[in-house]
Amino acid sequence: MRQVRSIDWLFHLYLVLFLAYMLLPLIVMGGAAFNDSRFPSVYPWVGWTDRWFVELWADKRMWNAFANTIYVALAVVAISVPIGTAAAILINSIAGATRSVLYALMVAPILTPGAVIGISTLLFWNGVGHAAGSDFFLFKAGLHLSVLGQVSFIAAFVMLLVLARLQSFDRGLEEAALDLGASHSQVMRRILLPHLYPAIGAGAAIGFFQSIENFNVTLFTRGTYDTLTVYVFSKVRTGITPTINALALIMITATLLGAIGYEIGRRRRERRLAGK
Amino acid sequence: MKDLLNRYGLLLTTVFAVLTGFWILVLVVLPNIYLFEHSFKPYLPVAELGGPKDVYSLDNYLTFFRSPIHISVFFWTVIYSAVVTFICFLIAYPLAYYLSKVSARALLPMIFLLLFIPLWVSEVLRSFAWFIILALKGPLNASLLGLGIIEDPVRWITGFRGVIIGLVYTYVLFMLFPLYNAIQSLDTNQIEAAEDLGAPWWRTHWRVILPHAKPGIASGSVMVFMLSAGSILVPTLLASTNSRWFTEIIQQWMFESQDWNTGSAYAFLLLILCTVFVSAVMRVFRVKLSDIAK
Repeated sequence: MRQVRSIDWLFHLYLVLFLAYMLLPLIVMGGAAFNDSRFPSVYPWVGWTDRWFVELWADKRMWNAFANTIYVALAVVAISVPIGTAAAILINSIAGATRSVLYALMVAPILTPGAVIGISTLLFWNGVGHAAGSDFFLFKAGLHLSVLGQVSFIAAFVMLLVLARLQSFDRGLEEAALDLGASHSQVMRRILLPHLYPAIGAGAAIGFFQSIENFNVTLFTRGTYDTLTVYVFSKVRTGITPTINALALIMITATLLGAIGYEIGRRRRERRLAGK
Repeated sequence: MKDLLNRYGLLLTTVFAVLTGFWILVLVVLPNIYLFEHSFKPYLPVAELGGPKDVYSLDNYLTFFRSPIHISVFFWTVIYSAVVTFICFLIAYPLAYYLSKVSARALLPMIFLLLFIPLWVSEVLRSFAWFIILALKGPLNASLLGLGIIEDPVRWITGFRGVIIGLVYTYVLFMLFPLYNAIQSLDTNQIEAAEDLGAPWWRTHWRVILPHAKPGIASGSVMVFMLSAGSILVPTLLASTNSRWFTEIIQQWMFESQDWNTGSAYAFLLLILCTVFVSAVMRVFRVKLSDIAK
């Protein structure tokens, strides 16, 4: 590895440059939240201010969009976690051509552009409503359709995570429990699910984040409702002010705290496992 | 199936099957079939639905093939998505190699934590960040002017330049992580063996590491290409007047013309494009769908 060593510093430099490339834009965007200039920028620096945060706080539309985002994300997690888990257990127990076809159908939504998912969901439920001759609001565009559209691909993430976890599951445990007289639901609750919990938890976290930052599916299915991404998007297109930067900074900070918390939790678990 | 029944009983198995069936049928298959069917129908006022004019035709697709503008937008969307995919690969490959084979193990969790931050920040904010940076009087021009590298402010957002810059920034991590996973699974002894046998560094990469990284390259390429071609945010925020993206035309049909039928025909074209790309990548790299989905 000697010849590689000699160019190590080049790699280090490259890594530092790449990290700067990834993080500087976010810092610039966050920094602009404190600049007292109408147009969001860090240059020229007009002066330090907190007025964009105050304005953001007073923006009713933002709060409404924020609440909608959380509702949608919670609903998406609540639906896609059971679906993804069930699908993983199901596909893990079948083999052959059926499995390949089913697997392809399950991962297809991940590889489908969000616009296509959004439009097909919108059209399909409208069509169902039309066929039923009903004007019932659930068939019209709205956040519930955004939820269904998002579930169609987020369930696939959950399925993949749980399926990966199932590979390390010792099926003999289930057989032993059944032989010892456990009921089917006991096997499920006491043996299988506890083994799957890490994957289910990771799936729920990923699903929640994916839902919050989703734009493409939501744009076509939302009707007249706002979510945070749609709110930011329409603000940037119409009247752009640094309140968006204030919001961005808050969201990045929240993400950062979440990521650090997750990492600390992971390390603590690892240490506990190592200690055993 | 029988195995499921033995383990979890009739009730739970039914629950699994119903949940999976709901997902695959109601949320995935039926909407797409409906989209396909709808794309062959004319756009009619509600009163005429089911009437004599409500027949299948290729009109919606012919609208596309008769419009040189739409064809050229489609063409450039494909070309530039491919360019973005390639740039992402060029940027990510050395880094993936470095992270998996060269860098100090102890630093990795820290580096990954730093890399996860932009990944978790939503796409709309990431394109917005570049919207600020690339502005004519923005920080990039200001610092380049200050350093004396350029003499006049550069208009960054012209042609497809802004879109490419934004897409590469937004999606490069979707290339990096699959590449990292693939290269990491390569036994370092193989690299050392190649070097001991006198292979120059580029041949080690070309003959040993790249072939091993194929599933990662395939997976990353599929994700980056699909996300780029289907991106709505980046092309809208960072486009100039002469760079239009195919998704913008779909949006026009859906929202401005309110013609959902032609919109679904165009959406279906986008779906076909992505399907063709995925199959082509799977064929070229000889990988299975399960390798890509990792």
